[in-house]
Order: sequence, then structure tokens, then C-alpha cells
Amino acid sequence: MSGPAQTRGPLVTNEVVGAYHRLTIAAPGVADAAAPGQFVAVAVGGPTSAQLLRRCFSLHAVSAEDGGRLAVVVAAKGAGTQWLTALRPGDLVDVVAPLGRPFPLPDEPCACVLVGGGYGSAPLFWLAEVLRARGCRVEMILGAGSADRLYGVEEAGRVADAVHVTTDDGSLGRRGWVSEVLPEVIERTGARYAYACGPMGMLAAVTEVATAHEATAYVAVEESMACGIGVCMTCVLPVRRDDGVTAMVRSCVDGPVFRGDQVRWDAYADGVCRVPADALGAPRPGGH
Amino acid sequence: MADLTTRLGSVTLPNPILTASGCAANGRELHHFVDLTGLGAFVTKTVMADPRAGRPTPRMAETPSGMLNSIGLQGPGIAAFLDHDLTWLASVGARVIVSIAGNTAAEFATVARALAAHPAFGCVVGVEINISCPNVANRGLVFACDAVSSREVITLVTAELPPQTPTFAKLTPDVTDIVAIADAALDAGARGLTLINTLLGIVIDTDRMRPQLAGVTGGLSGPAIRPVAVRAIWQVYAAMLEDRLPTVPILGVGGVRTGRDALELLAAGAAAVQVGTATFNDPSAPGRVRDELDAALDERGFTSVGEVVGLAHERKVRL
Ligand SMILES: Cc1cc2nc3c(=O)[nH]c(=O)nc-3n(C[C@H](O)[C@H](O)[C@H](O)COP(=O)(O)O)c2cc1C
Ligand code: FES
Repeated sequence: MSGPAQTRGPLVTNEVVGAYHRLTIAAPGVADAAAPGQFVAVAVGGPTSAQLLRRCFSLHAVSAEDGGRLAVVVAAKGAGTQWLTALRPGDLVDVVAPLGRPFPLPDEPCACVLVGGGYGSAPLFWLAEVLRARGCRVEMILGAGSADRLYGVEEAGRVADAVHVTTDDGSLGRRGWVSEVLPEVIERTGARYAYACGPMGMLAAVTEVATAHEATAYVAVEESMACGIGVCMTCVLPVRRDDGVTAMVRSCVDGPVFRGDQVRWDAYADGVCRVPADALGAPRPGGH
Repeated sequence: MADLTTRLGSVTLPNPILTASGCAANGRELHHFVDLTGLGAFVTKTVMADPRAGRPTPRMAETPSGMLNSIGLQGPGIAAFLDHDLTWLASVGARVIVSIAGNTAAEFATVARALAAHPAFGCVVGVEINISCPNVANRGLVFACDAVSSREVITLVTAELPPQTPTFAKLTPDVTDIVAIADAALDAGARGLTLINTLLGIVIDTDRMRPQLAGVTGGLSGPAIRPVAVRAIWQVYAAMLEDRLPTVPILGVGGVRTGRDALELLAAGAAAVQVGTATFNDPSAPGRVRDELDAALDERGFTSVGEVVGLAHERKVRL
């Protein structure tokens, strides 16, 4: 099967996990085509909803049960995600999946570090399983503001060779940031790849550390998306292409996974991403 | 099964449901969800002469029954658009309305000239002239807010296109008198109108107490603006009925989510209807709206789209 599809399937389970909800949705025909790093776009509020924009979540897991199920981890921070997390098993969910490009996998067995910030860890457990099935050594670093904001520490213990935990307030694991633990893990394991998912600042820090250690960072970005399927151009970010030219590319179709050293982190400041002056089609002085 | 065909000047479309510019990219992505050849026509993202990076992010904010966007006409430029996008649309057999713009009236003409000269022009059933964008030469005032600028653009663009090409001037509702702007555009040679583009808005993030969009202002779209679209279509169509404007086809756009909504715009006077923001909610929306419109016509006993275009004017209770 090629390309994404839209399905309406029942919610199968809705479990509270720490500060988050883990939802399992029947999505026949879409789950089997998916790979770690891809995401889904879910409509909220029903067919006459006043909230028109789909909510995007990275795929946490897929299974073949019932012709295909998928799982996502949701933080109920706004009205749309609150509607979603209040659903009960059997309620229908309109899902478009699988979307975006997955994490590239190493050609041969090697050590990898997987770094997740908050619920950003959601896609990493499945990725860990895929990497280990290919003979890779996998260590995970999970970080969050506080212990309740971590997702999947126990699950990490099952799927990774070693797990490191950091919290800003020291309520679990080491007090501090994931980027403070990362150098030691890369040096000790000789990791060639760092895979990361979480807030932009964390992704920039992981990229910096990985690059300094001659490892390649693959980061899954979380830009705000209106459509998730590539038609609206809201989700862009500046990325240096292989030809060296920086372009504003769509994170939903060209990402969400990018090579960290190709993302123009210098364009991000104060919650805004500017168009770099050297980007293709950047505004020129005196108009376009 | 009603007769869904609709006439736009020299062109007849199999049905009146189109995509809206900027809400369907240039077709490839949406083709996974909707067979583009089954739509009345596919309207492309507005293209300008050169590649454009658009505005900084965040570029969007959700609002009740709508959204604000400030994409800033990001696009590949006309040359890449023609070779890559229009050529692909032609290859799948889509009927295409190409949306064009410029920072100056001369740039609009450059884009129109390149379009008309391209081998893929054969799939083009119309050109939408997006004059709801800023005029660099006039301190950034939107072309469609000024009758003189609107007239200049339309005159230059129509001169570059083959004589029978349907052209649609796309107007903004953010004006005092939309009929006056429509008049200038038609007088300058436009063969139709697209009503409406987005309305200017601002959302303030009350956690940070600053504008949510990096570019501060954005265009409001979605079901929230549907009554504004219906009003604009109504006023312009009424002026046509009263012979204050020449009678030309109107492409209605604004807040259409269902077949019933499309019927509303047709009844106000639109000859065809574009589906925009609803596509973000439901990628199948354009095809679904077409099928729902068919059913809505049947339910009401109408046998053709032609019967309902402007019908609400006839049925208005006279006081
Ligand atoms: C994200 C976005 C991008 C848009 N880009 C364009 C554009 O490039 N050119 C244009 O003429 N209109 C553009 N529009 C306006 C739509 O074509 C349409 O006129 C407007 O959104 C109202 O219709 P709707 O409520 O169905 O979306 C855009 C709208 C949105 C939401
Ligand atoms: S979210 Fe619409 S283009 Fe990426």
C-alpha cells in the first residue's frame, strides 16, 4: 500500500499513563503500512466540530489485531485533546495515517541512543524494538520537567539495553537535562546515531552533542500543523537541503524526521522561527 | 441524480465543486484522498514570478469554526510550478484553474505570459487573479482594496492570455463596497469573479500576552466566515440582476463544509463553489461536498445546478 488513508474506527482502549493518555484505535488498512517516526492526524469534536484542525500525534505502536490497530500518547492540554482523551471504547475516531517520513535505520548493526523529552518518547519504544531486531545496541534517555511528565520509563526498561532518566526538578533519575547525559552515553557506547523526539530546544541540544561526537542525529520535530497531509503550508521550517540551499520545507510531508544538522536551529528564538536571510525565496530588502 | 454541470463563460464543468487556492497545494497530496478528475476543477496555490519562502512561523491559529493563516504566498515560482506542478496536473487529467499573483501589476503580467506559453496550458480551464495580496508599489495596500490598482492588474493580465480564457478576479471582503471593486475588475476585462478571500484578523496568545502569529495578522477562513461570503456573493449578484454590473460567473468560496453549505452559496448567486479550510478537517471534503450537493438537490426536487444559481434572490420576500 502506498500513501496515507483516512479511516473511521472505534477507540479500543483509553488508559491514563502518568500525565498522559494512551489511546488505542482500530484503523484497518493503515497500521500495517506504518514505520516508527510517522504520525497520525486525528479529527476532534465530531463531524460538526467548531475545531477544524486535526491534532497530530506520533505513532506510538501498531499491531495487526482486528485488521490493524494503532496507539498514540496524548497530553490533554487543550479543548481538542481533552475531547479526545474523554472518548470511551467504541466511540469512532477519524484518523488519517500513516503520515510523514519515518526514522531512517542504520544499514548495519551499531549502537544507537534514543532521546525522548516528555511524551516525545512515544515513538521511541517501537523504534528501539526495530533497531534491536536489526542487531543494534539501544540505550534510551528519557527526560521531563518532573517525574509525572515522563512517559514510558518501565517500557523503556523492557525494550532498551539501558535506560537513563533525567528530570529538571530531580523527582526521578538525575536532576538536569537529557543533553547532559548524552555525551557520556555516546562516548561509552560509540553510538553512531542519536534519535530524538521532544521540544525544539531539546532537539537542537541533542543535535549539537551528537555532531560534536561525530554521530548523526535524526530528530522528529513538532511544528504546529493545520492539515498534516501537506496542503496548507503552515508547518514549515528552514532545512538545509543536500545541495546546500536552505528551503522552508513542510514538516508533515518532508519530515517530521530530519537530520538534525540540516535543520537551521539558528532561525529559532523566542517561540518564533524566522525565515533565514539566505533561504530560497527569502524576502529581499525593499520588497520581494 | 441532478444535472451538476455548470457553465463558466466559454467552459462547461461537469460539476460545480472546486478546491480553493492554498487549501489543496498543487494536487499531488490531495490526490490520495480525492480523485481530482472528479472535481469540477482544481484550483492551484497562488503562484508568483519567483520562489517565495513565505512568512515566519507560527503561521496559524485555530479560531472558533475557523482559523487564521499567514502563509505569505510561499511557493516555487512560476517556472518550477509549470514544469513540475501544472505538468503533473495535466498528466492526471485534471481541469485546472491557475491562481496567480504579483508584487506589482507587471509581475502579474509576467506570470500570466509564462503560463499561456507553457505546453501544459491545455489543461487550464481558467485563471484566478488573486488581487487580494499586497501591492508593493502602493505601500503594501492590497490591490483589491483599490479600484485603480485592481483595474491595472486585470488589464495587463487579460492582455497576456488567449482571448476566450475565463479569468476570475479574486476579491477580498475587507472593503467598503465590494460591488465597486467588482465593477473595476470586470470593466478591465475580467470574465468572472471569485468571492471571497480571507478576512484580516489577529489572535492574541493570552499566556504570553502577545500576538500568536509571528507575522501578527492573518487571514480568517472556515465556516465562521460563510455568512460573509454569502453576503458578498449576494451583493454582487444582485448588482448583476439590476444591470449595475455585467453578468459573469461567480466562484463562491468561504466556509463551505457540506453539500448544504455549497447549495447556500449557489442560491446566493455562485455558479461554482470552492472548498477550502474544510479540507484540513476532512481531506475527502471536496468529493464529499460534491456528492452531498447532488443529494441535497434531489431532496429538494431540483434537477440541475442551473436552477438554483441565484434562486434566493427570486424567492426573497418583497416587502
Ligand atoms: C492556509 C490557507 C492558505 C491560503 N492560500 C491562498 C492563496 O494562496 N491564494 C488565494 O487566493 N487564497 C488563499 N487562501 C484563501 C482561500 O482560497 C479561501 O478564499 C478562503 O480560505 C475562504 O474559504 P474557506 O473558508 O473555504 O477556507 C488560503 C486560505 C488558507 C486557509
Ligand atoms: S500541516 Fe499542512 S502542509 Fe504540513
